[in-house]
Amino acid sequence: MAKKFSHATIEKNSILLLVLTLIVVAIGGLVEIVPTFLIKSTIEDVKGVRPYSPLELAGRNIYIREGCYNCHSQMVRSLRSEVERYGHYSLAAESKYDHPFQWGSKRTGPDLARVGGKYSDEWHRLHMEDPRAVVPESVMPGYPFLAQTPLDYRNIEGGLRALAAAGVPYSDEEIENARADLEAQATPDADTEGLMQRYPKAVARDFDGNPKTISELDALVAYLQMLGTLVDFNAYENTDFTQ
Amino acid sequence: MAVSSAPGATPPGTMTSAAWAVAGALIAGAILFIAVAAKAQDAPMAVHAWFFVFAFLAGVMALGQRHFNVTHGQVTDDGAGYSDGVVKAGAIATLFWGVAGFLVGVVIAFQLAFPFLNLDTAFTNFGRLRPLHTSAVIFAFGGNALIATSFYVVQRTSRTRLAGDIAPWFVFWGYQLFIVIAATGYLMGVTQSKEYAEPEWYADIWLTIVWVVYLIVFLATLAKRKEPHIYVANWFYLAFIVTIAMLHIGNNLAIPETWTSSKSYALFPGVQDALIQWWYGHNAVGFFLTAGFLGMMYYFIPKRAERPVYSYRLSIVHFWSLIFIYIWAGPHHLHFTALPDWAQTLGMTFSIMLWMPSWGGMINGLMTLSGAWDKLRTDPVIRMLVVSVAFYGMSTFEGPVMSVKAVNSLSHYTDWTIGHVHSGALGWVGFISFGAIYCMIPWLWKRERLYSLALVSWHFWIATIGIVLYITAMWVSGILQGLMWRAYDAQGFLEYSFAETVEAMHPFYVIRALGGVLFLTGALIMVYNCWMTIKGRVRESEPLPASAPAGATLQPAE
Repeated sequence: MAKKFSHATIEKNSILLLVLTLIVVAIGGLVEIVPTFLIKSTIEDVKGVRPYSPLELAGRNIYIREGCYNCHSQMVRSLRSEVERYGHYSLAAESKYDHPFQWGSKRTGPDLARVGGKYSDEWHRLHMEDPRAVVPESVMPGYPFLAQTPLDYRNIEGGLRALAAAGVPYSDEEIENARADLEAQATPDADTEGLMQRYPKAVARDFDGNPKTISELDALVAYLQMLGTLVDFNAYENTDFTQ
Repeated sequence: MAVSSAPGATPPGTMTSAAWAVAGALIAGAILFIAVAAKAQDAPMAVHAWFFVFAFLAGVMALGQRHFNVTHGQVTDDGAGYSDGVVKAGAIATLFWGVAGFLVGVVIAFQLAFPFLNLDTAFTNFGRLRPLHTSAVIFAFGGNALIATSFYVVQRTSRTRLAGDIAPWFVFWGYQLFIVIAATGYLMGVTQSKEYAEPEWYADIWLTIVWVVYLIVFLATLAKRKEPHIYVANWFYLAFIVTIAMLHIGNNLAIPETWTSSKSYALFPGVQDALIQWWYGHNAVGFFLTAGFLGMMYYFIPKRAERPVYSYRLSIVHFWSLIFIYIWAGPHHLHFTALPDWAQTLGMTFSIMLWMPSWGGMINGLMTLSGAWDKLRTDPVIRMLVVSVAFYGMSTFEGPVMSVKAVNSLSHYTDWTIGHVHSGALGWVGFISFGAIYCMIPWLWKRERLYSLALVSWHFWIATIGIVLYITAMWVSGILQGLMWRAYDAQGFLEYSFAETVEAMHPFYVIRALGGVLFLTGALIMVYNCWMTIKGRVRESEPLPASAPAGATLQPAE
């Protein structure tokens, strides 16, 4: 047993090398990732955060499809200059229903975590049609096709169901009404009582300036206009969020 | 029909029972995807299902063609020597995808400088092309370079033929299919939005199958090696293959909308998803772009310089410390975010420690040149390999600096990160791959030497100037923008609107794009040089090294 260890033992056994490598590379990830699932204070206890309404979810999927995350973060860091530019720093709770997360890694354009309500629908319409019409310095691509493409929401229930399987608390009632809720949120003067009950603070209106059809732009603007609006930060002190 | 017979008993390409099983599996797969295509929920899924069907049927036809060739006496490979056909294919694929990936990079660089180039269509906007660029260079160019060189190196250093007859080819073509599915998916808007893991669930499952076969081929080749020791390059290749498998599966857990939909939702939410993504993302750098390419370094530098690896002990220490520490570094992508502080601090601490094992590898690579430094002057391929290690040292110093929270608060979200990535990607990954390709092409095609060493020199200098333009432009634009975002005026208000900081980036975006053009030009020169070498041409104005005057071949002083 007192035989001196030699690295040659590992070098001469491919399976031993494989197993040891796997153990060594597994440790760091386990130590860092597992506690975030177990420690409750990882996600702050705040009121207001709810799952996305069907229309907002459809808009979020378009945001992902077009790769908006390549240039826009949704994460206000806890730095003075960021809080003054974008608003209250982001909480983990605010993305607790985000599958996948959209925190981003690059700001070729500004952070969007709190863009909801900052600009009018009309501004967003013009901006998507031709970004330089409203921001001359912008290098963003134009997305004129969004307004012209009808939103495909044939399987919006499937989206809610998949998210429910991943742990988002969509009720059976919400899944059942997904299509009706989506249409109600994008149609002016629709009956939105059920929608509002299921998704508090949801805003229902015609977002793209064309009340005749529900376009991809309707969904995207509905999503952008709700970003960062769910938590009422006036109700909290900063110390409520210290871990 | 015995599969377990001695190597060389049945010529490669014969329809053994294993080959019949593969053909059966391909046909079953084709039928499955015809069903998926028929019931597809969205257009991209239907398109991709047909891609799978055609690829699988092409695979069956290729098996038949091989068998036909063997039974009709057209055997080029007796199954006894090294299995180099798949390595040749990998070398060509590396060149092809390299040029494609660099080209898309140049296009999107110009889009950022001149946004009208987005053309404002769904298929040509920056948001869809950027993942096309990153995946093309990392996975298509880098991945093919890694697969090709690992298959080359493991055979030579184990003194045995690659395990399996069909399996290595399955890895090669299966991987190309994954690339095509991923790339066309991005253009059609199919993405999970997780950086460097954008392909959707069905492409991920396919890659998992291909990758497991890759691991088995590599392990089985090691298992039948005729050398008692496993050579150090293979430790790194093995760590790269097995860790990428772990990361790929961990980060891509998702629930598809339906089994016939191209859309899925990530299994984990918000903060956990972010942490897992950057656990994956940073180790895609650590194991795909570092460990794998260190494997390349440990074979091609000693081989080309004709010197032994500098220190055996250093290889052991830096191998284990590198793979252990790298895994912890991910959270430095999430400083000052909603990720808990303890995780950020851990990520930063390990990122700083990572400097040491990284430089251990650099020192081992550079010092291998001891006694052969004169080759830097005489052999442009060695120059490329050595400069790549220098870039590796530079970017692995810059990385720990940027992981420090105080620095990161400035650098994060800016072009500084982009510059950092490219000093690693263009300088280290690019140059070490180019060097390996320049070595392998004449060796594989049994040519006396490359068509032209002067063209290698041209490639080296043009690409180096390109890299320098690129990274200096990004340093300036990144630090400038970071400072502008936090600048306050005399009244205590933020001094610049976001749009003003975008406007300030313009000249640097133009310089960066020009740097990219130079890098692409260098790659095109390489393709021409390799093409002429494969054709068996030798540039006549250059005398062969052997014909140099006797006095010029000095022996290294020892």
